[in-house]
Amino acid sequence: MSIITKLAIAAGLATALSTAAFAQADLSGKVIGFSQIGSESGWRAAETSVTRSEAEARGVDLKFADAQQKQENQIKAIRGFIAQGVDAILVAPVVATGWDDVLTEAKEAEIPVVLLDRGVDAPEDLYLTSIASDQVLEGRVAGEWLVDAVAGEDCNVVELQGTVGSSPAINRKQGFEEGIASASNIKITQSQTGDFTRAKGKEVMEAFLKSSNGGADICAVYAHNDDMAVGAIQAIKDAGLKPGTDIKVVSIDAVPDIFTAIAAGEANATVELTPNMAGPAFDALAAYWADGTEPEKFIITESKLYTAENDPQGEYERRKGLGY
Amino acid sequence: MMRRVVSTLASPQLLALAGVLLINWFLFPPFFRITWQDGRLFGSLIDVLNRGAPVAILAIGMAGVIATKGVDLSVGAIMAVAGAVAATMVVAGYPAPVAVIAALAVGLVCGLWNGFLVAVLDIQPIIATLVLMVAGRGIAQLITEGFIVTFTDPLLIFIGTGSFLGLPMAAVIALVLMIVVTMIIRRTALGLFIEAVGVNRAAASLAGIRSRMLLFLVYGLSGFCAAVAGIIVAGDIRGADANNAGLWLELDAILAVVIGGTSLLGGRFSVPLAVVGAIIIQAMNTGILVSGFPPEFNLIVKAGLIFIVLIIQSPLATRLVPVRLTKAEARK
Repeated sequence: MSIITKLAIAAGLATALSTAAFAQADLSGKVIGFSQIGSESGWRAAETSVTRSEAEARGVDLKFADAQQKQENQIKAIRGFIAQGVDAILVAPVVATGWDDVLTEAKEAEIPVVLLDRGVDAPEDLYLTSIASDQVLEGRVAGEWLVDAVAGEDCNVVELQGTVGSSPAINRKQGFEEGIASASNIKITQSQTGDFTRAKGKEVMEAFLKSSNGGADICAVYAHNDDMAVGAIQAIKDAGLKPGTDIKVVSIDAVPDIFTAIAAGEANATVELTPNMAGPAFDALAAYWADGTEPEKFIITESKLYTAENDPQGEYERRKGLGY
Repeated sequence: MMRRVVSTLASPQLLALAGVLLINWFLFPPFFRITWQDGRLFGSLIDVLNRGAPVAILAIGMAGVIATKGVDLSVGAIMAVAGAVAATMVVAGYPAPVAVIAALAVGLVCGLWNGFLVAVLDIQPIIATLVLMVAGRGIAQLITEGFIVTFTDPLLIFIGTGSFLGLPMAAVIALVLMIVVTMIIRRTALGLFIEAVGVNRAAASLAGIRSRMLLFLVYGLSGFCAAVAGIIVAGDIRGADANNAGLWLELDAILAVVIGGTSLLGGRFSVPLAVVGAIIIQAMNTGILVSGFPPEFNLIVKAGLIFIVLIIQSPLATRLVPVRLTKAEARK
């Protein structure tokens, strides 16, 4: 069974294990190593800063190692953590394969390992648990929001896909299609890749507007990430239409700039890809240390929907310092 | 004179452009529909000019570099650096004109650095400019500290999305740059000197051409053009995206120059036709977007079309067309 199918199966059990279910445990005195991939995207930088603050809130002494996108650096960092005798290790693995040896070393040293936001192809007994988001669920939440928002009226959706062939693009597309499957009034009329960037999102949206009767035939745009949605919003404005009103905008990630747009009424909804993977990891470790509770092998983080009702300005303020 | 006009119109580049536009029209009938909206022209054809402008501007600089038998791989990264400089400066409170001038100066300095590596240290151009292609994006990320730096400055936004006489500002800038550079190159002996350096640098130097100076000039111009394109792209999305601004555009610019009939072996170049090459590439991109092909086909369609364009202007095909024209002329 591949990691993906396992994640999908585990999705059903996910909600039971959301962070809120646990009281914040005190882990003071514990030393935990964190091997991060690097800082290739704003989300990654936010994950790093949230991990630091979550550790601080629990009194954890966090040892941070930046692998600069290289697996050998991560393996070196993990060996270093084992040599230092840390209490636990968090890893955001840069690739899926090649972890068996170093994870076996950690297991022999009796140091629990928690995988963050990506899985690995290694025997399950080599790590305590794996914490990730469910990309299909993210798409489905966005789709279900749209079904509610149009309330039975006919709606032609244009889709801005991520990079062709990338797993978030495939999964978020599939999830959205599942989300709107029950509503025969909602149709995806056009779908093109915007490569996850603002510039491409804008360019593709411009073309969609031209080929849909100046935008009159488009009721909503679904973007696989917020950056493309921000670009699309500008294209809609340039075409003389009101984003958020004439054309609904729904996207995924919940980066700070989309909250500015939601606050201004130019975007309608976003689904969060939480940068807080470490919080559930610390909670799982706390339960494990307290009474030996084995956590679920695959913990799925919550895919929370944000709209204008969720204090977008406040969410923006809360996120802007995180490094997005 | 008449003959010159006919042969220009029959150039393979313009034929290819007409072909691509016709295909677009066939796939998407309202392609040529242009309306007047909010004080500017609005339509797919205008999008082609607007979106094609950054690559066209890069191609203007790239044509000169390639004419000297060089290549400039760093232009995409210089775009990111220039955008980052302009955006961070206006956010830090500097007046927009100062930020724009600073960004242009940074682009010029980057280009002169390439020129220094090529002309003085005699490093192969592909390697010399690779240095900045890799390092430039890192520099841009350092400047933006990894964020997408967004701004609301009206001047920068005007450069990226404004309009002049109904035409998008980016297209106007590209047109003006093209005319100015072409005039300087073709109304003086400069173009001839550049071609001479491309054919044989040693021979050109012996003939009294200051080839080192000329190399500084063409790489400097390329860096400057890249900075202009970088400011436009940043203004367009109202933010400097160090990771993605100008990514892979150096390859589009080289392709545009090659489609424009400039030889990669140096010695023969045309700035206006390089701009036409950029417009051909963008006409294809826009055509794919409005025609509704699934995105999985984007690259295949593009590759097929480029293949056809290159065949149209291959020596074999070009031999067929002008021969017939000359015969017709002769009969008169």
